[in-house]
Amino acid sequence: MICETWTEKLDAYLDGELPPGEERTLGEHLRTCSGCAAESLSRVQQKRAIHAAGQRFTPSPAFRARIQESITAPRRSRWNWFWLPVLATAMILVVAGVLSLVVNNSRRGETQLMSELADMHVATLASSNPVDVVSTDRHTVKPWFAGKIPFTFNLPELQDSAFVLVGAKVSYLNQSPGAELLFRTRQHQISAFIFQERALGSMRADDAVQGAVSFTVRSWSQNGLRYFVIGDASAQDLDKLRELLKAAG
Amino acid sequence: MPLGAFERLAMPHFERLYNFACWLTHDRDEAEDLVQETYVKALKGFSSFQPGTNFRAWIYKILRNSFLTSRTGLKGTTTVPLDLEADEPILPRAADTPESILLQRSDWQLVEQALEQLPVAYREVLLLCEVEEMSYQEISAALSIPMGTVMSRLSRARQALRAEVQTTKSAKAQEMQGSEPRG
Repeated sequence: MICETWTEKLDAYLDGELPPGEERTLGEHLRTCSGCAAESLSRVQQKRAIHAAGQRFTPSPAFRARIQESITAPRRSRWNWFWLPVLATAMILVVAGVLSLVVNNSRRGETQLMSELADMHVATLASSNPVDVVSTDRHTVKPWFAGKIPFTFNLPELQDSAFVLVGAKVSYLNQSPGAELLFRTRQHQISAFIFQERALGSMRADDAVQGAVSFTVRSWSQNGLRYFVIGDASAQDLDKLRELLKAAG
Repeated sequence: MPLGAFERLAMPHFERLYNFACWLTHDRDEAEDLVQETYVKALKGFSSFQPGTNFRAWIYKILRNSFLTSRTGLKGTTTVPLDLEADEPILPRAADTPESILLQRSDWQLVEQALEQLPVAYREVLLLCEVEEMSYQEISAALSIPMGTVMSRLSRARQALRAEVQTTKSAKAQEMQGSEPRG
């Protein structure tokens, strides 16, 4: 015997659409009523049979490809327009990144050069024998370099200036020999380094990075030679020494 | 809304939409046309789709509406019984016993044949519920009918299917009896 009260709700129960309260009550009823349980089983079997029988048709791969193409084809044309500004921005970012890398490398090279010069200057000051040739006479110092470095240079006349030549020695930068001259003005000692331009390679000095070291630095090129003046004297003192060396050039 | 989003939402339903279309049209070529038309319409109208709402119900509704306006659809819906939505109580089938129902044997072939014989309105609601496993709410949205109508139509569709299966079963039984040699 089937309980008419529940028959109408049996489909909704099996479809999982009954409110929780009614679902619970009907569930309890099914455990005690064999007629409703049998009817329920019959309907479940019908549901399963329809579920299985209803999945009968399968589309061909060609048809699937056709549908796929019909909904992706417009996207391709739009893709170009849609992604164009994105690509352009990406390109700009890449170029900016590369430029930034190049600039940073160059800046790093300059900082490295200045650090090396500062180290060499400090090493000279700390040494008990800061120079290999001790002389205030430029006519003694200049010939001393003959055969020791692969270039020559002129030294200024310092008689009427605030600077005194202490002496000189051979220095190395990038495994290339160069001249290091030591000057004194009042209590300050200033090193002047002279190297061949080609010996510096990619290392470049820029006034902008000279603040990276605590010393005052001046740098310039003249006759294929690179001059560096470094010391703890004032900027004005270094400018004056630079002018003297340039004039002697 | 990006078209990639449409593809992501629409393509997972492709096989099921095609199956549903075949059941509605009874013709594979026509079903392909129907599915194609559905995708074109859905793509065109995708901007009107509200994200977060039920996409499946939305695309099935497009397919079903396209079917109803097609030649087969117009022809099919004219055969729907006039009392389809009659608000009559659904009587229990007191004469039925579990043993008497052929469906208990899970005879899918009989169910398939019975499904084909059902009016479109019954067939579609049964397929959406049993094959697509849609909730009543989804069916209501896909077919644009109230929830109460979904429930009553489902119930009648199930009864009609049972009746169809039993008729076929009886006819086959009589056939077999007639062909048995008399001893």
